[in-house]
Amino acid sequence: MADELMLEIVTPEKMVFSDNIEEVTIPGTEGEFGVLRGHEAFLTSVDIGELNYIKDGKKTYYSVNTGYAEVTGSKVTILIETAERSDHIDKERAAKAKDNAESRLGQMTKEDVEYERMRAALTRAITRLSVAEKQ
Amino acid sequence: MASLKDIKRKVVGVAKTKQITRAMNMVAASKFKSAQLKMEDFRPYAGKFMDVLNSLALRVDTNTHPLLAVRDPKKIRVICMTSDRGLCGGFNTNLIKATDRFLKDKTAEGKDISLICVGRKGRDFYRKKANVIAQKVDILSKFDMTLSVAIADEVIPSFIKEEYDELYLIYNQFVNVSVQKPTVVRLFPLPSIGQDVDVDADKRLDYSYEPSEEVLLHKLLPMYVHVLVYRALLETSAGENGARMAAMDNATSNCEELISSLTLKMNKARQAAITAELMDIVGGTEALAKG
Repeated sequence: MADELMLEIVTPEKMVFSDNIEEVTIPGTEGEFGVLRGHEAFLTSVDIGELNYIKDGKKTYYSVNTGYAEVTGSKVTILIETAERSDHIDKERAAKAKDNAESRLGQMTKEDVEYERMRAALTRAITRLSVAEKQ
Repeated sequence: MASLKDIKRKVVGVAKTKQITRAMNMVAASKFKSAQLKMEDFRPYAGKFMDVLNSLALRVDTNTHPLLAVRDPKKIRVICMTSDRGLCGGFNTNLIKATDRFLKDKTAEGKDISLICVGRKGRDFYRKKANVIAQKVDILSKFDMTLSVAIADEVIPSFIKEEYDELYLIYNQFVNVSVQKPTVVRLFPLPSIGQDVDVDADKRLDYSYEPSEEVLLHKLLPMYVHVLVYRALLETSAGENGARMAAMDNATSNCEELISSLTLKMNKARQAAITAELMDIVGGTEALAKG
């Protein structure tokens, strides 16, 4: 079909997704953006957040970790460290990770070496929880 | 000559060893399979990543990045990547030999050397012999990208702070199940990227960048280090299990040989004992008959 867009989501562990879709929304570091076929070619970094794509009118959600997205008119390649589909997320584990990160953060000051990492872990856990709700 | 009982005991012992080596061979085989799968799964990521990196490097003056800074190499840091566990033939020995040779050369040139050991075997070997500044042990049985991120986090800031001038990674390159080749790779300063690359027309598209090219490249280069280290880890893990498979296969067949030669010896000893006993009896009856 003419208005189809090829989407590839690749992590170090595996090729998570590779198929034609209609639209994808990506959490870029400079803000969330949507891509349709014919989008201007560009390259951007991806932040922790929610990614979703529409295929056959159906939305699918992923929780993603930092990485990059390369967009050309007909293809989007997303290279990220982790990607989890919403129905594959272990909610209990995410909730536990969130509590853990929150309590650890409570004992830290901003100067701590671990601070940034813990904060990233917290953001990740919160994202996973919110993505898991959307099936 | 060893007594019948002694030989019997030995046979039983060797048979037990054989059981263990065979079990280890099977365990290594299954681990090898999963390590190999992991390697295959990583390939698309690495390939795509290089595509992106190269297309970016073509557009940006890459020499400005601190990870590419070439300095007079006085202080050298080496990552020595071995396995955590032994019983895998010459896997670690060969790597340590190669590392030793490398260190010797560099020491002869008057360089100041510090080591980072990944894997228990290398750590144990160098603990008292060299200046080991960091170590990661007991990690190879289960690892993912976060491990290579942790290693990279250890080396990147200190290189930028000029605590050392060159970083080398020594690991066993995976050639096939029975061949692993100790390899030395220079990580920092990163060999320039984007050169000698034949980029196809698709990649030469006029991209717009968000954020700017420089900022992106600054984010991408550390990831490039993650990719390189992760690949080395994968190859080490596959190589280790491949080497162990081969070593344990050898050990099992050696045990079989030993068992058969011991059994032969045992049967001979038993026969000799029977013969001796018979002679005694015959001698006894003859003496009685005479008397």
